[in-house]
Amino acid sequence: MDYQSVFGATAAAINGGATPLSANAQEQTMATVLCCNCGVPIDGTSGLSMCYDCIKLSVDITDGIQKESTLSFCRNCERFLRPPSQWVTATLESRELLALCLKRLKGLQKVRLIDASFIWTEPHSRRIKVKLTVQREAFNNTIVQQSFEVEYVVVATQCPDCAKSFTVNTWRATVQIRQKVPHKRTFFYLEQLILKHNAHRDTISILETKDGLDFFYSQKNHAIKMLDFLSGVTPIRTKKSEELISMDTHTAVRSYKFTFSVEIVPICKDDLVCLPKKLARASGNISQLVLCSRVGNAVHLLDPSSLDATDLQPSVYWRQPFTSLANSSTLTEFVVLDIELTGTEKGRLAMADATVARSVDMGRNDTTYYVRTHLGGILHPGDTVLGYFLSNANFNHDLWDTLDQRNVPDVVLVKKSYPRKKKNKGRNWRLRRMAKEYNDRDDNTTQSTKQRQMEADRIERDYEIFLQELEEDPELRSTINLYKSSNSQNPEKARPARPTKMDMDGIEEAQVSMDADGDAAMETDGGDEGVESDDESDGSAPDVGLDELLDEIDELTLEDAYLSE
Amino acid sequence: MAVRAQFENSNEIGVFGTLTNSYSLVAVGASENFYSVLEAELGDVIPICHTTIGGTRIIGRLTAGNRRGLLVPTSTTDQELQHLRNSLPDSVRIQRVEERLSALGNVICCNDYVALVHPDIERETEELISDVLGVEVFRQTIADNVLVGSYCALSNQGGLVHPKTSIQDQDELSSLLQVPLVAGSINRGSAVVGAGMIVNDWLAVTGLDTTAPELSVVESIFKLQDAQQGAITGSMRDTLIETYT
Repeated sequence: MDYQSVFGATAAAINGGATPLSANAQEQTMATVLCCNCGVPIDGTSGLSMCYDCIKLSVDITDGIQKESTLSFCRNCERFLRPPSQWVTATLESRELLALCLKRLKGLQKVRLIDASFIWTEPHSRRIKVKLTVQREAFNNTIVQQSFEVEYVVVATQCPDCAKSFTVNTWRATVQIRQKVPHKRTFFYLEQLILKHNAHRDTISILETKDGLDFFYSQKNHAIKMLDFLSGVTPIRTKKSEELISMDTHTAVRSYKFTFSVEIVPICKDDLVCLPKKLARASGNISQLVLCSRVGNAVHLLDPSSLDATDLQPSVYWRQPFTSLANSSTLTEFVVLDIELTGTEKGRLAMADATVARSVDMGRNDTTYYVRTHLGGILHPGDTVLGYFLSNANFNHDLWDTLDQRNVPDVVLVKKSYPRKKKNKGRNWRLRRMAKEYNDRDDNTTQSTKQRQMEADRIERDYEIFLQELEEDPELRSTINLYKSSNSQNPEKARPARPTKMDMDGIEEAQVSMDADGDAAMETDGGDEGVESDDESDGSAPDVGLDELLDEIDELTLEDAYLSE
Repeated sequence: MAVRAQFENSNEIGVFGTLTNSYSLVAVGASENFYSVLEAELGDVIPICHTTIGGTRIIGRLTAGNRRGLLVPTSTTDQELQHLRNSLPDSVRIQRVEERLSALGNVICCNDYVALVHPDIERETEELISDVLGVEVFRQTIADNVLVGSYCALSNQGGLVHPKTSIQDQDELSSLLQVPLVAGSINRGSAVVGAGMIVNDWLAVTGLDTTAPELSVVESIFKLQDAQQGAITGSMRDTLIETYT
């Protein structure tokens, strides 16, 4: 062991030449005594009776300090145990690990720690060596400094989190979110909301199932927190059920599994809705045939012919549920031939009478439709617009049958459509994604590979439509986080570098490929050929401004830096 | 010569015994080892007296004496006083001292000519010391300690004082005592040199823990290393002549 010593108050030089008995001792002011152990002359005024070296040799200040200890280490998540129950990430020879090592050491409180450093050891030796330098008062006024090594044995254990992750059925509560609609756009939006608000923090796992998602939690409280979040952002109805797992008959302690079934109102943005007559009367005598303009924690409905609007609260909806009449997948494209503003305006909406013709009819017949629309502010002659073509629609819907068919318009215009130049243009923004497990158990048996491929295509198509909606609706964009995309300039080059692995938070980062839009984009492109020429100014799809985008996500930047090296 | 001894596992020899040039007092203990050591050294020369003072064994701290006399505290019983009178030579005057600071061994440090005393000692006591012991009395402190008897071991040859005593203090005390003084420790670094050892002009008994360097300091300052024949006619002459007259 390596000894060093420092004498705080008594660091005066030793008068080695003068012995106590010598006659010239009168000249000195300090008395000299002999060390009681070795007889070397030392300064007597210090009150010490032993010389420095003898104190060093006879005193071990590291006496009460452990020289060996253990550290618990989880091999799976590579974290160290900070007693009593915290598991922390610490790389070898890091400050965090040093703090952990010192905290493990018993008896270190009695001495003053001067220095601590790692001594390099082979990582696979599972030994960590720390060199410590400590000070302590040995006798009165004598501070001795000493260095010593402590060896830690890294004991491999499994942390409770990992143990839990390797065990099935460890969840205590689950939130099952369902929306019974044929597309997944609501869930894409919900995913972005969850990511923005970090609402998935306590989630153990997320399972993708038919018509929805399952969120699993280790505690009931976490699930309730998620429910609160969901009820704040979507119109939902919840139902709680519990399953008794075990009960101690002596103490009456029971453990349950809780399942919260959450159903989202199956009405999405741009859906055509036929309200029950009673509900329409109750909602400010609105027309029965309305459009869904927005979905927040209530469904916002708009009558395009009168600009009347109303909110449909989920509690009201679930009293008498109904389905939407048509959804945005059945939208038909029209060309605006003429538009006349009536002068009535309400916010951004302007009532107008439009003369439209179906895009597919252009050059075939002269059938035009005279419709009243709420899009007067943004439509110009020559624009293309999407709408529901009711005159040749055949709805199988009870409420529709009760409507007076004479008052039903031929066409309900919903939103302006933009020609999409396919494929060549990458987006300059992207979204974060959550990593979800796909529920293989249910699907393996029933679906063939082809069916699964079709399902995947459908999801990608939905996602592309969702992205387009985001581009067209700044209000929708403002509620979620968009990130700058570095590979918008050269998507082909960057695509191989696209990371698809999960990161620590279970967030998967993916750039949505432009190939996904498939049929929907093809359709719009085909329809636009004639119109584009005479409306160059307004012809292209809206872009997302750079100021709306957040900086790139960290791990991507790292990867890019790595590639550029 | 200097020897090491222990009194019932204690190294503080000066607590349990008194040694002068004409007699020695030893506390009554369960074991006779300490007595045996003294007897082996002194048996033929001076009387060794087993005694207690006021029923206690810490006789070294309660009494102070030299060749001419012995001072005992008021707590000394008549029986003990009588026993001492019977055991000690007739030339030794024994006097009971009415002193508030009753641990006389701690407050008085004397050889056959000079005594250093606690600064707060009573006037009458000072006179008694001077009369009974036949010494000059000086009120002094040693290294700012008032208990001069605890921190100083003194014989007619020299003296050992507390290790923190500065050179100026040593010079001053040395000029009062007319003997050389040295600062030092006893019993492996203990500063209470008066309680750690007993000494007269030819013998020093120290605690068993005393190290060789400490013992060599003791031997050199008390001039014990070679009790050669010449010393009898030289340095010890006055003592001897006074003893035999």
